[in-house]
Amino acid sequence: MLDIKNLNAGYGEMHVLRAIDLTISQGEVVSVVGSNGAGKSTLLKAISGIIKFTGMITWNNESLSSLKAHTIVQRGIVHVPEGRKIFPEMTVVENLMMGGFLCKKDQQKNLERVFDLFPKLAQRRTQLGGTMSGGEQQMLAIGRGIMGNPKLLLLDEPSLGLSPLFTEVVFGAIRTINTSGVTVLLVEQNVYQSLNISHRGYVIETGRIVLTGTGEELLNNQDVKKAFLGM
Amino acid sequence: MSFLQPLISGILTGGVYALAGIGMSLVFGVMNISNFAHGDLMMLGMYLAFFSFTLLHIDPYISLVLIIPIAFMFGYMMEKVFINRVIHHPHQNQILLTVGLGLIMSNTALLAFTSDPKILTTTYSSSAFNLFGDISVSVPLLLSFLITCLITVILYLFLSKTATGMALRATSQNREAAQLMGINVAKMSAIAFGIGTALAATAGALIAPTYYIHPLAGHSFLLKAFTICVLGGLGSVVGAGVGGIIIGVVEAMSSTYLSSDWKDVIVFVIFLAVLLFRPQGLFGKKGGQ
Repeated sequence: MLDIKNLNAGYGEMHVLRAIDLTISQGEVVSVVGSNGAGKSTLLKAISGIIKFTGMITWNNESLSSLKAHTIVQRGIVHVPEGRKIFPEMTVVENLMMGGFLCKKDQQKNLERVFDLFPKLAQRRTQLGGTMSGGEQQMLAIGRGIMGNPKLLLLDEPSLGLSPLFTEVVFGAIRTINTSGVTVLLVEQNVYQSLNISHRGYVIETGRIVLTGTGEELLNNQDVKKAFLGM
Repeated sequence: MSFLQPLISGILTGGVYALAGIGMSLVFGVMNISNFAHGDLMMLGMYLAFFSFTLLHIDPYISLVLIIPIAFMFGYMMEKVFINRVIHHPHQNQILLTVGLGLIMSNTALLAFTSDPKILTTTYSSSAFNLFGDISVSVPLLLSFLITCLITVILYLFLSKTATGMALRATSQNREAAQLMGINVAKMSAIAFGIGTALAATAGALIAPTYYIHPLAGHSFLLKAFTICVLGGLGSVVGAGVGGIIIGVVEAMSSTYLSSDWKDVIVFVIFLAVLLFRPQGLFGKKGGQ
């Protein structure tokens, strides 16, 4: 479904990603785990067209390298960015409507889908995004992503800064979204939780993939245990 | 003299200032660019109104029907050809570019129209009526104010109800997130600049019947528009509207109670005071960039 070969990307003179190979198949949850600054967010930004890259990213046999960010969204790749980046001076419903900017005819159906997933958002319809708590903003950001009818959902650190309670809610929601047929690429520092819900995972270190395997294999790997799980 | 007289004429003039300020603020909000050609775009609006009156015999207020789409297209093209090249560059590059474009416009106008001020005299240019017995209200200023209100309401509805308007607001609140929603932010920038230009030209056309029209007229309005934006909070459309009225009233009050030589001094004292004590502006939420 998504095929990445020899991807190099960075910001100006600074190279962040080096020779990344990664594939995602239909229906999977794939996590990319690694420490801060390893290049996880850069990987998602390259896929969604926010930054330029060299190498190959193909999506259902189409190269993404020449497409602009807003066209990539049209192809069904929706990126929920790190730090939520919700629109602070728009209401919850307006934020969600912006997420459905390209698929207005499904707006009503998708709104219901989001409110089913996060009933809390339904109670806050008219609240301004900027006045919500971090956890609520994360629900809104994921909900806004779903409004775009994603085939592949890119999630950047959805549990960052959340309380354990909200973290549970978010990971539960990711499972539900995946069960409904959406492929998920999850980038996380919360290694245990994310590998736990993933079919496969990649470990990334200073811009290179150093390890790959099923979620379970990685969780039982000695290096992963030592580096990330404190065991 | 009654206190109400400067208040009312201040509010009426302030409405037109507000229009100029809103245009500048919208451009700043969506593109994060301070448009230093804004005053010169207003000057072009003044000349457009002048020539449609003298050559085509169209009333300056009616000519807005022509001026608004022409100015929008002009601004849209200007963004596509020049401004979008510096959108990710440091502010000093953007300032140099917009100042340069402004200079080209004002100097072209100097060459084409000479430095002789022109006056657009309509049948109602100097007519006024009395309110409450002793307060005189200028007819062209009142008309300008009403048109400003109408345009502001249309702009408000556009920004809050239409898909394009909401996309503009989204781009202004978070450009990267807007891109991730599938919004073509490059197109939004061009639209914002087009609207900003149309609002500047409209403000120019609206003051044309009561003001000397000359190629350098834009410069004093640029400073006013900038003060209004800072006062209201850069990027805040509502703030710019209120800021415009405040500046109009302050000018009228200081002309009445001090002298008209002092009005600019007072305006800039306010400008500096806002920068010192409330740099985010009266309505601004973002920190100054």
